[in-house]
Amino acid sequence: MTDPNQVGHGQDREGIQPSLASVSAAAIQGPHMASEEAFSSAGDWLALLKPRVMTLVVFTGWIGLVVAPGHIHPVLAFTAILCIAVAAGAAGAINMWYDRDIDAIMRRTAGRPIPAGRIGASEALGYGITLSAFAVVVMALATNAMAAAVLAFSIFFYVFIYTMWLKRRTPQNIVIGGAAGAFPPVIGWVAVTGGFDLMPVLLFTIVFFWTPPHFWSLSLFAHADYARAGVPMLPVVAGARHTRWQIMLYTVFLVPLTLVPWALHLTGMAYGISALVLGLGFIVCAIRVLRDRQDAVGISLTNDAPARSAFKYSILYLFVLFAALAVDYHVG
Amino acid sequence: MSVEPLELLSPMSRADSAKVAVRRRGRNWALLAVLFALCGLFYAITLVKIGQGTLKF
Repeated sequence: MTDPNQVGHGQDREGIQPSLASVSAAAIQGPHMASEEAFSSAGDWLALLKPRVMTLVVFTGWIGLVVAPGHIHPVLAFTAILCIAVAAGAAGAINMWYDRDIDAIMRRTAGRPIPAGRIGASEALGYGITLSAFAVVVMALATNAMAAAVLAFSIFFYVFIYTMWLKRRTPQNIVIGGAAGAFPPVIGWVAVTGGFDLMPVLLFTIVFFWTPPHFWSLSLFAHADYARAGVPMLPVVAGARHTRWQIMLYTVFLVPLTLVPWALHLTGMAYGISALVLGLGFIVCAIRVLRDRQDAVGISLTNDAPARSAFKYSILYLFVLFAALAVDYHVG
Repeated sequence: MSVEPLELLSPMSRADSAKVAVRRRGRNWALLAVLFALCGLFYAITLVKIGQGTLKF
């Protein structure tokens, strides 16, 4: 079993990333010296917000807002979505600050602004905290205190529960930590109604159970990176074969779960059929991952082509599923 | 971490200096755009809140 403390937090970060040494040294700067921040571009500060992750968060948050009963002024709706996006980005920036040691080791993340030395760690932390506070306060002013409270809790969950507590300790990190990404539709709903209901809880549950097969598909073909960084992702700790079965298991559980809103007459036929068809597609992807040509320990002999397809499909799946929900609400 | 004293004292080259200036200008413009957008957003929120009667003085 891989020791999650192999790269302990607080380890000499400069020791891990020698290329940073010269840039960090420039932080002791004179009038003509280059600082880390001097080399950062506006794009680097944007990259700290993990814009690709933000896209899905914004979309699911927007759907929560659209399907909620009641009316919200378009300006306030835009503000609520902006706050969800900024909060997600801020949590991402704090995550990058905390994970800068392992980011420097993993090929997938080594080019991020902090490990690459374009943005200082403390600046990134300050940026994340400031934006988090901004998002929560503006959400409270524009919509209601409950939406702001859920938003604040989602940031807290992602930063403290997932990033600082679970990620380096347990292979269940993304199962429990996945809850952080499931909050946006709830926040969107609460921004309109000011309270909770069965539907936002179902949306939360769908995203929650979608996260493991989505993330484990990624970790199947990125397991070498995680192993090098000492992150106890499921393929690293329990092996690829076990991960393939877990992807299958969660997908089989997810598909009927997505049909519950239809079964309870909370949505119409358009959503129900979409959920069924999309779900069958997801199960096919999971079966392909399971039946991928493997060696004795379950390592893919096809460069994890099925896992890569499943990862891409899972993103499309959630986008189309939630889009179908919005369409259903407006048509039905 | 070992740092050569000369590395600390050497000024930036013209190319580096120009690159830094371009990036700084880009960041400044981006910040200006964000500040203007925020002003517009708060103005719009205030108008909506006053219109709804939910902004009490």
